[in-house]
Amino acid sequence: MGSFRLGGMTLGSLFKKPETLLYPLEEKPAPAGLKGHIVNDVDRCILCGICARVCPAGALAVDKKARTWAIDPFRCVQCASCVAACPKDCLSMDPSATPVAAKRFEVVREVPEQPKEAAAA
Amino acid sequence: MGKATVIPFGPQHPVLPEPLHLDLVVEDETVVDCMPQIGFVHRGLEKLVETRDYNQFIYIAERICGICAMGHSLGYAETVEELMGVEVPKRAEYLRVIWHELSRIHSHLLWLGLAADAFGFESMFMHCWRLRERILDIFEKTTGGRVILSVVKVGGVARDIDAGQMSEILATLEGIKSDYGALMRTLLTDSSIKNRTVGVGAIGYDDAVALSMVGPFARASAVNYDVRSFGRGAYGDLADFQPILDNQGDCYARVKVRCLEVLQSIDIIAELAAKMPAGDIAVPVKGSPADGAQASNVLEQPRGECYYYARGNGTKHLDRMRMRTPTSQNLAGMATALKGCDLADVNMIILTIDPCISCTER
Repeated sequence: MGSFRLGGMTLGSLFKKPETLLYPLEEKPAPAGLKGHIVNDVDRCILCGICARVCPAGALAVDKKARTWAIDPFRCVQCASCVAACPKDCLSMDPSATPVAAKRFEVVREVPEQPKEAAAA
Repeated sequence: MGKATVIPFGPQHPVLPEPLHLDLVVEDETVVDCMPQIGFVHRGLEKLVETRDYNQFIYIAERICGICAMGHSLGYAETVEELMGVEVPKRAEYLRVIWHELSRIHSHLLWLGLAADAFGFESMFMHCWRLRERILDIFEKTTGGRVILSVVKVGGVARDIDAGQMSEILATLEGIKSDYGALMRTLLTDSSIKNRTVGVGAIGYDDAVALSMVGPFARASAVNYDVRSFGRGAYGDLADFQPILDNQGDCYARVKVRCLEVLQSIDIIAELAAKMPAGDIAVPVKGSPADGAQASNVLEQPRGECYYYARGNGTKHLDRMRMRTPTSQNLAGMATALKGCDLADVNMIILTIDPCISCTER
């Protein structure tokens, strides 16, 4: 008899919208604050290197001489420490997930020279 | 009596995703002795405290175990805050406890599903995990992560929950409560479940105390010990907190204690949400822990009391970080509960103790 106690709930499920999605035909929209991947607005970046220092995974590399900012998305743990530490607020978290890849790669961004007054602001 | 035979159980066994190995000494169908063995997932995470500063280690602490992730980051942060004399804003304490109680609900629902699956109740397993998914969705919306939340930091929390999100959380929990009520009635009254759990793997109060058992495992044997009742942090602002106890000490009592703890956690969240103070969510933490400074802390994880110890050396890197997890406390109780049981009941007894070997080995 006991097995029928859940019967109401199980039968009710027949008439309800399914809890699951038909992935990949249907995709769940990402909530606004989802920790997807880090993006850098290089126009505002001053290459201070604070993000690389606070990163617990060592995923970021800032090269002042070559004026590059690089992230290894396979090392990044999406903790958002760099976003919180960035003094220029140029780093942000994009809600879309990091795309799957067959080979490891690094995202290297070239940082343009900042006009002096903009860097000081 | 038949001849004693040793049957190996695990480290890979369908009943338990965790790598726990047991040598079960059986005579006929009865287990007469049990020798647990762990050491299959040791990752040396405590040692990593020497290579990361105290702010960075929080992300390692929460990777000790996926289910207890929130608890470990909270326990570690509280220990470092005590080490450095940091006072966390009240609102941050409330938010931490709300997330921690949500993680208790998701841990217990996951466990109830696994237990139902172990005794062949597939639809119950699906329903428990369906409800757990809603908690993970709350985590996703409020913290940006589903399992690894990375929301606690030394000095407070990284994100706030606004009034709109809070009322959404409460509405979701109300929805869970009504569905969960039906599941709980089935779990606690179904005759086929009772046949598998009542009187199985019983541990009395005296044994539970002597074996230093903690968490729902101990509370099912009437041991009145719950770290939340110390009233630290936001728990101190609860109007009334009474640990859920049972005096039977068998598998059924453990199922019952965990079932009721889910409802208790929902009530705690509702009460704290109503009392939520305004203000900052974090204070800046500067400097390093003093050389030789020590701090210890206890936290009620979903599986029981977890103890944290930290020692500073005057630099940003801690000298020592130590955790004693609830499962390492409960292994002796588990070996005792298994003695004298039927071989067919071994999986049920192990599951009702809810061992977390990843936490235990770190």
